[in-house]
Amino acid sequence: MNPVNYLYLAALLFTIGATGVLIRRNAIVVFMCIELMLNACNLAFVVFSRMHGNLDGQIIAFFTMVVAAAEVVVGLAIIVSLFRSRHSASVDDASLMKL
Amino acid sequence: MSASAVHSLWTTAAEPISKIDAPKIEYAQLSPTLIVIGAAVVGVLIEAFVPRKSRYYAQVFVAVVALAAAFSAVVALAASGYGTTKAHIAAMGAIAVDGPALFLQGTILLAGILGVFTFAERRLDPQAHGNRVDAFAAQASAVPGSDTEKAAVKAGFTTTEVFPLLLFAISGMLVFPSANDLLTLFVALEVFSLPLYLLCAVARRKRLMSQEAAVKYFLLGAFASAFTLFGIALLYGYAGSVSYATIAHVVDGTITNVDPALAGTMGNDVLLLIGTALVVMGLLFKVGAVPFHMWTPDVYQGAPTPVTGFMAAATKVAAFGALLRLLYVVLPGLRWDWRPVMWAVAVVTMLGGAIVAITQTDIKRLLAYSSIAHAGFILAGVIATSPDGVSSVLFYLGAYSFVTIGAFAVVTLVRDAGGEATHLSKWAGLGRRSPLVAAVFAVFLLAFAGIPLTSGFAGKFAVFKAAAEGGAGALVVVGVISSAIAAFFYIRVIVLMFFSEPKPEGPTVAVPSPLTMTAIAAGVAVTLVLGVAPQYFLNLASQAGVFVR
Repeated sequence: MNPVNYLYLAALLFTIGATGVLIRRNAIVVFMCIELMLNACNLAFVVFSRMHGNLDGQIIAFFTMVVAAAEVVVGLAIIVSLFRSRHSASVDDASLMKL
Repeated sequence: MSASAVHSLWTTAAEPISKIDAPKIEYAQLSPTLIVIGAAVVGVLIEAFVPRKSRYYAQVFVAVVALAAAFSAVVALAASGYGTTKAHIAAMGAIAVDGPALFLQGTILLAGILGVFTFAERRLDPQAHGNRVDAFAAQASAVPGSDTEKAAVKAGFTTTEVFPLLLFAISGMLVFPSANDLLTLFVALEVFSLPLYLLCAVARRKRLMSQEAAVKYFLLGAFASAFTLFGIALLYGYAGSVSYATIAHVVDGTITNVDPALAGTMGNDVLLLIGTALVVMGLLFKVGAVPFHMWTPDVYQGAPTPVTGFMAAATKVAAFGALLRLLYVVLPGLRWDWRPVMWAVAVVTMLGGAIVAITQTDIKRLLAYSSIAHAGFILAGVIATSPDGVSSVLFYLGAYSFVTIGAFAVVTLVRDAGGEATHLSKWAGLGRRSPLVAAVFAVFLLAFAGIPLTSGFAGKFAVFKAAAEGGAGALVVVGVISSAIAAFFYIRVIVLMFFSEPKPEGPTVAVPSPLTMTAIAAGVAVTLVLGVAPQYFLNLASQAGVFVR
C-alpha cells in the first residue's frame, strides 16, 4: 500500500484531535484530544521515515512518546487539582478571570 | 545439534558493537546547561533527603550557586571566543554554541538568578502560625480551604519544589535558543514548558485563580506544542532530516551528495510551507504574539507574581532566540514567504496589545498586554532580516527582561488583607504613601513606554532602526503609533500613583527582604545603565549577532 495514504490518515487524526480540543468541554477529553494529535504526529514521523528510508523519524517517535508521557504526568496533576477544588473538570466553568 | 548451530538457523551474527562510533560530546561547551540540569536533579534529591526545615535554605543555596556558576561558564565561553570566531555546533549537531546562543543564555541565567530571589522572598506575606511564608502554597495538592490545607499551613509546610522546577525550566530555556535541530527544539520546548505549567498552579493565595491559570496555560500550551510537532514532522518529510543545516540546504537547493533513497521523496514545497507555518505558530504562541496570545493575560494574572515575572522575562528571551535561529538559519531562503506573514503578525501584535491594554483595570493584566505589545516591537526587529536585526533583538530582550522582573517584583510589594492588591484603583495615591516604591515602579513604566534615558528607549530605537533599514518602514510607523498608544496607559498609571488622593482603606507597601530588594535594584540599575550608556551593550550584542550554521 502506498505510504502516502498513511500520511493522509495522520493528517485526519490530527484534525480530529484539533477539532476535539476546540469543541469538547471536559478538560480530560480535551487533553485526550491533544494526545491524539501527538500520536498523529508520531504516525507522520514513522511514515516519512519509511518513505525516506532513514531512521530519524522512528527515533523521534520515541522521543515524542516520552514527552507525551511527561505531559500526562504534569497535565493530569493540574487537571485533578482543579477538579478537586471545583468538583468539575469543565473548561467553561473555569472562568474566574475574564476581561 | 549444538546450541550455536540452532541459533544460526534464524539469526545472523550482529556487527561487533565496537563498530558503532561513540558520539562526541563537548561537555565544556555545554557546561551552562549541564550545570543547571545537575543542580535541578540535586534539588530533587534535597526534597527527598533533607529535613523539611533546612530544605528552603539548601534549595536557595543550590539554585543561586548553580545559576551563578552557569553564568560564569557562559562568560568564560564567550571570553574564549565561542561567541565569535570559534562559534560552532556541538553535541553531534544538536546544539549551536554561538554568539546569539551565549548572549541569550547569559540573559536567561541572570533573569533566573533574580527569579530565584523573588521566589525565595519570605517577608511579604504575614507570618502563618509563627512561620515565615513565601508566595507558594503550603501544600499544592491540598484542596483550597480544606482541613488538609489548614493543617499544612499550621505545620509550616512550604512548596520548596519550586526551586528545582525553576531550574528545570531554566535548563530547557538554555537549550531552546541554541537548539540546532528540530527534535532538540521540541524537547527543549517541553522541558521548559512543563515546569512552568506546574509553577503557575502553586500560588498561596487566590488558589482557584492560580489553578485555573495553570489549566488554561497547560491545555493551550500542549495544543500549541502539538501543532509545532506536526510542523516538525512535515519539515522532516520535506527535507529528510531535522537538522537545521540540512533543511536550510534543501530550502536553498544547494544540497550536495543527496542520498539516493531521499532524492525521490524530499523537496515537496507544500510540506515545507505548511510545516514552517505550524512550527512558527508554536513559537509565536510561546512569544505571545497576537493571534496566539489568548493565554497571556489569564496566566499572567493567575500565576503567583514571582512566577509571572520570571516567566514573562525568560520565556520571551528563549522563544525569541529560537524564533530568530529558525528564521535566520533554517529559512532565510524562504524569507519572501514568511516576511509578509510576520509583518501582519507584528502589526496586529503591536496594535492589539497596546489598544486592549488601555481597558485593563488589573495591574498584572495590564503588564500582560504590555508584554504582548512588546512582543510586537521585538518582531519588528526579527523582520529586519539583517545582522542589525539580530543584535537589536538581543539587546531588546536583555533590556526588557530586567524591566519585567523588576516591575513584577514591585507588584508583589503592594498588598492588602487579601494578598497582593492588583486592582489599579488600589494603586491610587501610592506615590504619596510610599514615594520610593512608586518612583521605582514609575521608572519601570517609563522604560516599558520607551522614554529616553531608559533601556526601553535604547531597545526600541535599535529595533526600529534595524527594521527601517531592513525595508520595513511602514512597520516602524505602526510601531511608533502603538508606542504612543502604549505610553498613554503607562503614564496613566504614573498619574494615578502620584496625582490622586490615597484611599483611606488603601493597600500597604510591605518591606521586603534583601532578596526582592536586590531583584528590584538590579532591575532599576540595568534599566538606567542601558538607557544612559547603551553603547557597550549594543556593541556586545552586535558582536554576538552572528549565527553559526
